[in-house]
Amino acid sequence: MTLLFALLRRDLTLASRQGGGAGTALGFFLTVLVLLPIGIGPDQATLQRLAPGILWITLLLSVLLSADRIFQQDFEDGSLEVMAMAPPPLELVALTKAIAHWLSTSLPLSIAAPFLGILLNLRTEIIWPLTLAMVLGSFALSLLASIGASLTLNLRRGGLLISILVLPLYVPVLVFGMSATIGNPELIMPSLLILAAITLASLALAPMAAAAALRAYLR
Amino acid sequence: MQQFANPTRFLQLANRALPTIWAVTVILFAIGLYGALVSAPPDYQQGETVRIMFVHVPAAWLAMLVYTVMALSSAVAIIFRHPLADVAAKTAAPIGAVFCFLALATGSLWGKPMWGAWWVWDARLTSMFVLFLLYVGYIAIWQAIEEPTRAAMIARIVALVGFVNIPVIKFSVDWWNTLHQPASVLRMDGSTIDWSIRWPLLVLGVAYTFLFLALHLTSMRSEITARKLRNLQIARSGEA
Repeated sequence: MTLLFALLRRDLTLASRQGGGAGTALGFFLTVLVLLPIGIGPDQATLQRLAPGILWITLLLSVLLSADRIFQQDFEDGSLEVMAMAPPPLELVALTKAIAHWLSTSLPLSIAAPFLGILLNLRTEIIWPLTLAMVLGSFALSLLASIGASLTLNLRRGGLLISILVLPLYVPVLVFGMSATIGNPELIMPSLLILAAITLASLALAPMAAAAALRAYLR
Repeated sequence: MQQFANPTRFLQLANRALPTIWAVTVILFAIGLYGALVSAPPDYQQGETVRIMFVHVPAAWLAMLVYTVMALSSAVAIIFRHPLADVAAKTAAPIGAVFCFLALATGSLWGKPMWGAWWVWDARLTSMFVLFLLYVGYIAIWQAIEEPTRAAMIARIVALVGFVNIPVIKFSVDWWNTLHQPASVLRMDGSTIDWSIRWPLLVLGVAYTFLFLALHLTSMRSEITARKLRNLQIARSGEA
């Protein structure tokens, strides 16, 4: 257990010092947020209507694009092999790395995103529900991203391949995240509960899939 | 199943079975297409365009069936380490992707005269589209990884993760669609299906399945031969 905590601390330290963590993902988020009104047009009413969806989709893309960082560096310098031989099972190692990605990238982004929605004329009464839904979904996003990262380890053009593999997995998170944000107020609680259920299911299953994929690459 | 484990034995069995399978496929298609194009009456609302349904619906059935075959093969590969399971999964994918694309394309061609739109985001179409993406991702992973054993191991996981997600995606898209139901009510099948329309549909469903079987076995044969060739080339370069 101490090994896993040490791994978590190490990954968080690396993320904060090296970059490619929250800062870069936030930068990507802002860039997309600038491009969208340029593409869609500056009409405030349209932007307001589209804002929750835009924020969610941009969050998904930002998490996904930072995902290949989860295992790549440790695989390249051989640390992943050492971790595979260590006492904790590889599944827990994968889970710890997904948690590190969540704490360093997904969670900060999901807290910041709704407030950046002001740029899109987001209705102020939605900001807190949006934050709640995004924070609840952010862990699932990191877990599913870790599956994609482990499947495409060290592949050329792996970034695009991660997106193709993981975005279908993100569809339920997006659907229920959106319905927890806007729409029928009666459905907000059920949607949040389903988001929590998706998170728990990912928590149980994603480390197994990720570890199986990592073993294939570490052979 | 164990008797098919030996690739050479499998090839012998496939070679013997294929002509019969192709014959059955052709016969079933002949019967089904006659029923679809000639004997089934035109729909009272849609006229003759309803006949696209006979191509579209079995294609959609097969798209889902083939993904199930892929997932089952991947599971067999993981659990039993059956040597031909990976070959079965790998070769099923492109065929399934084509069926899926056929379903989407013919659906679109049917949608234009019927709904006035090439594409709508209703639950079934969206789910089928996501299924197509799952196929594309699976095929891409085989092409992206060079070493065949590793590619097989990764592909199995991709197939199974995708399969587990299909019901989740289907459920979430259905939910999303009921929330965002468009103003007009879309009727895909029309009223309850009369037997005169139902029997060609069923026959064509079986015909498509036999077509998949024939194509799949042929594809597996090619894949096994390709692997033998690769092994021979490696052995020869080893001797040299």
